[in-house]
Amino acid sequence: MATIATLRKGQRGIIREFSVDTVPLKLLEMGCLPGNEVALVQTAPFQDPMYLTVNGAHLAIRKETASQIQIDVITEQKGSPEGL
Amino acid sequence: MAKQFNVALIGNPNTGKTSVFNKLTGLNQQVGNYPGITVEKKQGICKLERGVKAHVLDLPGTYSLNASSLDENVVIELLLNKNDKDFPDVGVVVTDIENLKRNLLLFTQIKDLGIPTILVINMADRMKRKAITLDIETLEQKLETKIALISSRENQGFEELKTLITNYKRLSVSPCLNASSIAPEYFDSLRKTFPNQDLYKLWLVITQDVNFGKLDRKQMQGVASFKTESISNLKRLQQKETIKRYQFINQVLKQTLIVDKQNAKDIRSRLDRVLMHKFWGYLIFFSILLLIFQAIFDWSSYPMDFIDSAFASLGEWAKNTLPAGDFTNLIAEGIIPGLGGIVIFIPQIAFLFFFISILEESGYMSRVVFLMDRIMRRFGLSGKSVVPLIAGTACAIPAIMATRNIENWKERLITILVTPFTTCSARLPVYLIIISLVIPEQRVLGLFSLQALTLMFMYLLGFGAAIASAWMLDKVLQIRSRTFFIIEMPNYKLPLFKNVGITVVEKTKSFVLGAGKIILAISIILWVLASYGPGDFNNAQAIIQQNNLETPISNSELETKIASFKLEHSYIGHAGKFIEPAVKPLGYDWKIGIALISSFAAREVFVGTLATIYSVGNDDVETIKNRMAAETNVKTGKPLFNFASGVSLLLFYAFAMQCMSTLAVVKRETNGWKWPMWQLVIMTAIAYITALGAYQWFK
Repeated sequence: MATIATLRKGQRGIIREFSVDTVPLKLLEMGCLPGNEVALVQTAPFQDPMYLTVNGAHLAIRKETASQIQIDVITEQKGSPEGL
Repeated sequence: MAKQFNVALIGNPNTGKTSVFNKLTGLNQQVGNYPGITVEKKQGICKLERGVKAHVLDLPGTYSLNASSLDENVVIELLLNKNDKDFPDVGVVVTDIENLKRNLLLFTQIKDLGIPTILVINMADRMKRKAITLDIETLEQKLETKIALISSRENQGFEELKTLITNYKRLSVSPCLNASSIAPEYFDSLRKTFPNQDLYKLWLVITQDVNFGKLDRKQMQGVASFKTESISNLKRLQQKETIKRYQFINQVLKQTLIVDKQNAKDIRSRLDRVLMHKFWGYLIFFSILLLIFQAIFDWSSYPMDFIDSAFASLGEWAKNTLPAGDFTNLIAEGIIPGLGGIVIFIPQIAFLFFFISILEESGYMSRVVFLMDRIMRRFGLSGKSVVPLIAGTACAIPAIMATRNIENWKERLITILVTPFTTCSARLPVYLIIISLVIPEQRVLGLFSLQALTLMFMYLLGFGAAIASAWMLDKVLQIRSRTFFIIEMPNYKLPLFKNVGITVVEKTKSFVLGAGKIILAISIILWVLASYGPGDFNNAQAIIQQNNLETPISNSELETKIASFKLEHSYIGHAGKFIEPAVKPLGYDWKIGIALISSFAAREVFVGTLATIYSVGNDDVETIKNRMAAETNVKTGKPLFNFASGVSLLLFYAFAMQCMSTLAVVKRETNGWKWPMWQLVIMTAIAYITALGAYQWFK
């Protein structure tokens, strides 16, 4: 299953529902909402933490949290391969 | 004159709330603490039209009313308590045009509390460049509020904001979101139980873990029964509430805000690509650190030398001008050298806060947090620990308070415990004076000064000690807590000169006044203890004359002998002799021993103490450094401050926990004496052992 943690640099996805028990409310409040588009801007060495843009906000979260948020990867129109 | 009313500034971090506060209040501001906790409380007076004055409170930055830290608790506790003397008559929510959507979340929450609320949209100067258009009139209607579009950079919109504040009584207080739409059944039963209460407030009281001491007891018990709903259910409702709010905001902004993305050219992404690069990013960060340390050592040495000699001549002047007597001696030998020991700090502290505040204001600090998180986690720390560790080079007290935004308790605790190892500015004068005494003035490779390199090594040593002990604590401490880490990457901004200036002045002032009181008190006590004594002290003259009957010596030599005999037999002399066996293996004499003990109040007391001890009974007022260089070991006749004892002292000050204020802050932040006591014992033990080892090795 694709999560934010499996995104590649520059790739985008749509956030699905996620569990309130594993993902802090604060992330939601900062704009990381189900249905919103998320893009991976950059990662630090070892792909962790991850620098994202969601809903116009720029945030960084750790890979561990990112792997809790499921997404639908947006397939690029030029026919680039989907997911990893 | 109208009655003064309360204004509260509320907003997300990075919205320029502090600039708005500075603009509204000018220098009419006062920084203190909230009673009982160490959250900074900033308040000031704003002059409005027709002589009306408003009391402005700058609340800590928060993303929402769902508090997850001490700072955020302050906001919600105040806004829920109508009886608080600071309870706002009007709330001013500060937002940033580029993050309007996210910033409005807090606005809708504040409005739902029934507080008249003004919406401030800051950074209007960026609108053109970012191709943003905003329909203010419609937005005002939809949100049922008044909007002030301002630019603190270009100083625009503040008169309009002041007019809105003056006329706050005309603002609507109707809520944005009907709370019961979140979960109709749940809120219906709430309403039945508390018919006269505001539902949103009740909901906040139920979901928040804040201190309700000020609320009515009966009411509290009733509310507690609604907590029976499982925690995860409550969380689900909170999630639903947040989504509902965003739906509302999206709907409103769809009709009012247009961002032309095509036109939105960004220096941000270009800067990010370089500053957060996997190689260049680190290189740039370490170069910046190097620049800061070089600047602090090099630039501040000029004003420091000046201050040192100015206080020496002031002491001399006082001694020669004032009528001779105990009181004059107290001033010239106790108070003036003591004060000099504080004032000499000002250049370095000011420089440090200058750099730290530029790094924070520009938005660069968040990038550093991002770059360092993975590396720091290996040592049980968080990327956010970098900020306290850098701020610790100024002072451990604000640094420990800066750990509050670390979400994970274990990472936060470790950061608190290791931060005092970083080289704070109080250690600096000790290092500087010892380095200049025992490290030769040479150049390495004809370029770097050996003394500067030694100082840099001391900084690295402190940082290394912090990292190493963090790694050990991570292995030893058995605390399970969920790791989560969120950091906003704000836009890059040119720091506003006024904000940086105010930070530097405020921080330096509070440091000097805070430390100043302790240092002044200690120097007076020390002077008294050194100027009086039991038994032989009072017969000093007779005893010395008796001893020197056979060998004729000059008058001045006799004077010196009497003075040092007196010091040795004063109260402080006795105390020093008592602890001498403990410090002798480290290469110190009883005078340094006294300085060591008095520095457990605060490290910077060391230099002041030696200054006081060496000037008692010494008529030639000189600089502290010259007096220290002149001290000799009684047995060997060689200088007391030599390479071995110097290195030993440097190591002792690098590791020992000698700061009562830090211990007090750690106690408050960790809720008990357990951790500060461990800190005191373990750090001091490390200091003693390494200093002992170093002296015995180099001796």
